[in-house]
Amino acid sequence: MDGETMASRVSYIATATKRARRQRIRKLTRELFGHLLLLPLSIVYMIPFFWMLSTALKTDQQVMAWPPVWIPHPIAWDNFPKAIQFFPFWLFLKNTLIIAVFGVIGIVISSSLVAYSLARIHWPGRDILFGITVATMMLPYHVTMIPLFIVFKNLGWINTFLPLIVPAWFGGAFYIFLLRQFFMTIPQELSDAARIDGASELRSYLQIVLPLAKPALATVALFEFLGRWRDFLGPLIYLQDQKKYTISLGLSYFRLEHGTEWQLLMAASLTLTIPIIILFFFTQRTFIQGITLTGIKG
Amino acid sequence: MGLNVRVLLSTQRRRNTVNGLLFAAPWIIGLLAFYAYPIVMSLYYSFTEYSILQAPKWTGLQNYIKLFTNDEKFYKSVYNTLYFSVFALPLGIIFGVGLALLLNMKVKGMSIYRTIYFLPVLVPDVALGVLWLWVFNAQLGIANVLLWKLFHVVGPGWLTDPAWSKPSVIIISLWGVGQAVVIYLAGLQDVPQELYDAAEVDGANVWQKTIHVTIPMITPVILFNLIIGLIGAFQYFTTPYVITTGDGRPALSLMFYAMYLYQNAFVLYKMGYASAMAWVLFIVAVVSAYALFRSSARWVYYGGE
Repeated sequence: MDGETMASRVSYIATATKRARRQRIRKLTRELFGHLLLLPLSIVYMIPFFWMLSTALKTDQQVMAWPPVWIPHPIAWDNFPKAIQFFPFWLFLKNTLIIAVFGVIGIVISSSLVAYSLARIHWPGRDILFGITVATMMLPYHVTMIPLFIVFKNLGWINTFLPLIVPAWFGGAFYIFLLRQFFMTIPQELSDAARIDGASELRSYLQIVLPLAKPALATVALFEFLGRWRDFLGPLIYLQDQKKYTISLGLSYFRLEHGTEWQLLMAASLTLTIPIIILFFFTQRTFIQGITLTGIKG
Repeated sequence: MGLNVRVLLSTQRRRNTVNGLLFAAPWIIGLLAFYAYPIVMSLYYSFTEYSILQAPKWTGLQNYIKLFTNDEKFYKSVYNTLYFSVFALPLGIIFGVGLALLLNMKVKGMSIYRTIYFLPVLVPDVALGVLWLWVFNAQLGIANVLLWKLFHVVGPGWLTDPAWSKPSVIIISLWGVGQAVVIYLAGLQDVPQELYDAAEVDGANVWQKTIHVTIPMITPVILFNLIIGLIGAFQYFTTPYVITTGDGRPALSLMFYAMYLYQNAFVLYKMGYASAMAWVLFIVAVVSAYALFRSSARWVYYGGE
């Protein structure tokens, strides 16, 4: 090896290391810049959560003390049983779960049937029906709210869970839209092959499309469940007897009665929020997928 | 044979029509019972005086005339709703897109950041109202405690001060921006890498790439969020209802359109009057959604890749 190649190789290696180092520095700067912006902001974002948690564990004297402290001493764990007792949490939870479970079953069955019709069967008028479906997604709830209330009142359904459950059995526009988009991605040949073998549409729906669409069905179920959990206006209109309240409605009345007992209010708010956060951590992917597909708030 | 095929095809077509209608039947019934019928009835009620206890009494345009000429509370609720929309929506877009860009960087621990910004979305609306009442409590709330401790500033009354109450609920809505951020993030993943490579060859820096590549490419997602946000802002109800116990205090500064509609219908039992409000809302929502779609030709980029 002569001196010239040697020198050029050395300089090559030198520039390569220099470039690598420059790239590393750039990457480090970027990383530092990212944390510099994201970290302070995420602390600001978390403050209401810490504040809720901290208050929920304080005694009433600690809540009123100035200056407030972040970490309560002693920790007042009994705020939770107290809040749950005042609430009454278990009854409201039972009511919420009844509405949520029957709503979820109804919406999954009905919306998937309709989506199957819109995505997998060729029939005249299906494009029009799809257009109408998309249009109803933008219809404000308040336009239909009053006549529906009157219908349900005439049926004697006020103060029952029926006005909150029955409509779910006739499909929901967002879910039909979401499931239709998903069903379209399932290869048509699978259904064609089944049809040639003499399978009915019902069998193709039950045995081919539904099993392949489990993630989308899970998204629908999750979102409907969350929607029911946090729904306020529906229960507010239809449920008048306290024994029928859902937990969201219950919390708003708890607020009226215990407006200044912040430690109990925070404990109750936490009890309402924590189940959803736990659910989120178990279903993170389904969750995020659902939001990106529909953009609706649970 | 040609005949046979035709017969076969037409039976197949008929079978498809029957099956299609059968599978769609729940929704067709649902559309008629829970959408078509109520929309028509609500238009009818809007021309009547109707307290539920007595049959609706035809009054022609009376409700609409009263709304626009003789109801200060109505104007107040329109003003509040517009105020909220005009600030919360653009701020939500700027903040949401900015946050999505930051959360799209390749930085260690990004999944933790993403979770943190998403957590507020999980708080149920009623709990959200109760929580922020306490955060914004004038004496003992953490907002004013921190303002005093960090900057020696005496904070405002927030939700109890008419001058600060609307900015306060806008802050609350920005806390929940994580919802939109998730959608922006998904949009960002769809921007083709070639575009960035091409921009880089042309010597574009990070800022130029963001302005000239990223933002134009996600304008369809921005339009989507804007329409969803607009319809949502028109129906803004639960959080202010919980915060104000439904009466829009202080000084009606938090009386939003949907709250006043609810009050007319279910507190005062003026079903006809509330229906007129619902139809005004309906028309405004349709017109604004249409205007947004029309304007989108000028600012939304629908490029074939």
